[in-house]
Amino acid sequence: MLLLFAHPVLERSRANRRLLAGVRDLPGVTVHDLYEAYPTLAIDVRREQRLLLDHDVIVFQHPFYWYSVPAILKEWQDLVLEHGWAYGAGGDALRGKITFNAITTGGSEAAYRREGSNRFTMRELLAPWDQTAHLCKMTFLAPFVVHATLKLVGDDGFGPHVALYRQILEAVRDHRLDLAAAANAERLDEAHVRTSAASATAASATAANTSATPPTIATNTLEVR
Amino acid sequence: MDSLLGQAFVYLAAAVIGVPIAKRLGLGSVLGYLLAGVVIGPWALGLVGTEGQDVMHFAEFGVVMMLFLVGLELRPALLWQLRRPILGLGGLQVVVTIAAATAGGLALGVDARQSLALGMIIAMSSTAIVLQSLGERGLMKSGGGQASFSVLLFQDLAVIPMLALFPLLAAHGVAHAEDHGHGEVSFVASLPAWAQALALLGAVAVVVLSGRFVVRPAFRLLAATRLREVFTAAALFLVVGIALLMDTVGLSPALGTFLAGVVLAESEYRHELEGDIEPFKGLLLGLFFISVGAQIDFGLVRAAPLTIVGLVVGVVTLKAAILYGLAVAFRLDPASRWLFALGLAQVGEFAFVLLSFGEQQGVLVPAVSGPMLAVVALSMAITPLGFVLLERVILPRVTATVGQRVHDEVESSEHPVVIAGFGRYGQVVGRILKANGIGATVLDLDSNMVDVLRRLGHRVYYGDASRPELLHAAGCAHAKVFVLAVDDPEQGVLIAKTVKHEFPHLKIVARARNRPHHYELRALGIEHITRETVASAVESATRTLQYVGFRAHTAHRMARLWREHDERLIEDLAALWGGDQNTYFAAARRASEEAERLIQAEAPRVYADADAAWDNEVLRSEDARSDERG
Repeated sequence: MLLLFAHPVLERSRANRRLLAGVRDLPGVTVHDLYEAYPTLAIDVRREQRLLLDHDVIVFQHPFYWYSVPAILKEWQDLVLEHGWAYGAGGDALRGKITFNAITTGGSEAAYRREGSNRFTMRELLAPWDQTAHLCKMTFLAPFVVHATLKLVGDDGFGPHVALYRQILEAVRDHRLDLAAAANAERLDEAHVRTSAASATAASATAANTSATPPTIATNTLEVR
Repeated sequence: MDSLLGQAFVYLAAAVIGVPIAKRLGLGSVLGYLLAGVVIGPWALGLVGTEGQDVMHFAEFGVVMMLFLVGLELRPALLWQLRRPILGLGGLQVVVTIAAATAGGLALGVDARQSLALGMIIAMSSTAIVLQSLGERGLMKSGGGQASFSVLLFQDLAVIPMLALFPLLAAHGVAHAEDHGHGEVSFVASLPAWAQALALLGAVAVVVLSGRFVVRPAFRLLAATRLREVFTAAALFLVVGIALLMDTVGLSPALGTFLAGVVLAESEYRHELEGDIEPFKGLLLGLFFISVGAQIDFGLVRAAPLTIVGLVVGVVTLKAAILYGLAVAFRLDPASRWLFALGLAQVGEFAFVLLSFGEQQGVLVPAVSGPMLAVVALSMAITPLGFVLLERVILPRVTATVGQRVHDEVESSEHPVVIAGFGRYGQVVGRILKANGIGATVLDLDSNMVDVLRRLGHRVYYGDASRPELLHAAGCAHAKVFVLAVDDPEQGVLIAKTVKHEFPHLKIVARARNRPHHYELRALGIEHITRETVASAVESATRTLQYVGFRAHTAHRMARLWREHDERLIEDLAALWGGDQNTYFAAARRASEEAERLIQAEAPRVYADADAAWDNEVLRSEDARSDERG
């Protein structure tokens, strides 16, 4: 699994710093910090393509800026996903790979609804990424989203989200995720996740310990295989 | 006015007064020289008399030098490319013109032998006038210019058989007579034919081989002495030596030096040689044109004005018509056709030699050669008028339909960039240009460096870039950008001044050693100046910030912000630097104190400003307030 991470000022980040720290040590996950690797946004296309070829799951972790990705990810898309390599005639390099976005937003979940202040749902706003994946013959899953990060405070506030993020990455890595459900869900944490009883207990224990846990996590369905 | 100095004074005064006036009137320097010659000649002021003819023969050496310079401009590969125009166009021009002029002579009642001799004379055009006029107007590399040059080159070759033919045309066997100039008859002539041919081939071999294997190492040694006058002497020695050698074996010295020029065209000393020979060539050619002007026998013109004028018009029209026809047959574009036809329509300086040679050989009678001399000189004198006509009347009409083609061709054959100084700094610039397919002409003063770089396949030339002649030779007139990358600040300022003065159109990208140097260059009006160590120091600082713990992207942005800040500081301080060292250093001292204060005080604010977009603390407090309201 390849985790392509993009945050221009990670040192000032609250959510993404914690999320990244929570999954950095996961075996089988390669973390690639794009702004650190390309401080001038000059992307090494061949290196990026090799990394993509070496992994089956591509996760884009980033804050949601202006309903989209930070600048370097757009540059990455523009340069790395070459015609004849990622799409078009002979462009089969990414066929069958799984991809999704792991996003933090300042706005609440309620804001990202038709009737909310942002007027569109997360999936609607991610339509360009959905279609990009489709064009590259990849399987596009629902995003993992941490909403309302402005209201979350300290490790207590972010802790459950970090734990859930780690669980989901593990599940995807271990092929325990129901891909069809994940592709159709509104958000990845709503999808049916097949995980071990032990980790399910651990997750609910974490959830129980946290008073500020958002309802989405509490209602999360974990199906044990 | 008989003393050498007196004569020199007269000629120089004529040039100094006549040429600028002609230039100002847009007539070109050649016409200026010719008119100056007429004015000082026996029919006006009478400052020069019959000795003018000797001066003319001496000055013909300018033509030799000019062909050497032309050769230097022509790489062998380019010469090979021109083989079709040289042999086809040149050959046809000579043959057709001889035939037509001979027929014309017969029609006018001149006997067959004399008509043929005159035909050969008329077929020649003036290398001196044409090349000078083309060069002056930047037309040498245009389609018409190349075609003209090809024909001139063939004519120079054709002279050899003509000189051999003249004695055969003589009505009654006349003994070999002494002759000046091209047709020198020497001891080689007394050898049997096979030996003559052998001597001829030998001389050519000597020129080619020594150009390849002797001249370059010798020049390298001379260049290492860094004595400019020795180099100049060597250049002159080379040209004079080859001219003598060619004369000895009966070849045209102009052709010999042209050959030598071609051989040296790919040498690293090409531009330096051009720079050294150019002023001598210019002076001698000027002298030559003045003496042509002084030679025009207005007595003959006054005696039979209609005949002379009719002959001049007839000859020029005939030549121009044939040239135009050939230009159409060889598919030159309309602008080039006219340039070709009007440019080559005059009779050349070689006619002077052939006329006197013909007279001595008994081919021509004075009654024919006398008026012919005046016709030749007058046809040369009206050539610059032809160029004026071409530029003012014909070209504007023709180019309106064919666009900017002539102009484009001139530009495309030159490198767009000239780099002065090819050390650590210039090399990087040159390599990046080369990597992007941009050609650069490089000038450097270190002959060892030049050597090494040439072996590596760079187009590098030895020479002092503060010399205007060298800059001209390096193609600054056609280049777009001049990269000033020499490491010596004083030398840099000197070069910058010359380039700014001589080529105001050139964009200069300059390397500055430090702030004072930066300001000095700035005062000259140079657009882009880079202090040589700042960029690399900033890179080191960026890396240091990273190792201290800054994120790479943040370190990069901080360094960029600092550079902008530093550039502003330089701009602010520039106003204080009026060239007065004391003021500047005082300001710089204050500035360094100020800079320290600024960096300390301003840096955190700069940081905050730059990050406003990504600062979620502001958003958080606003979010909290809206919750309170809501």
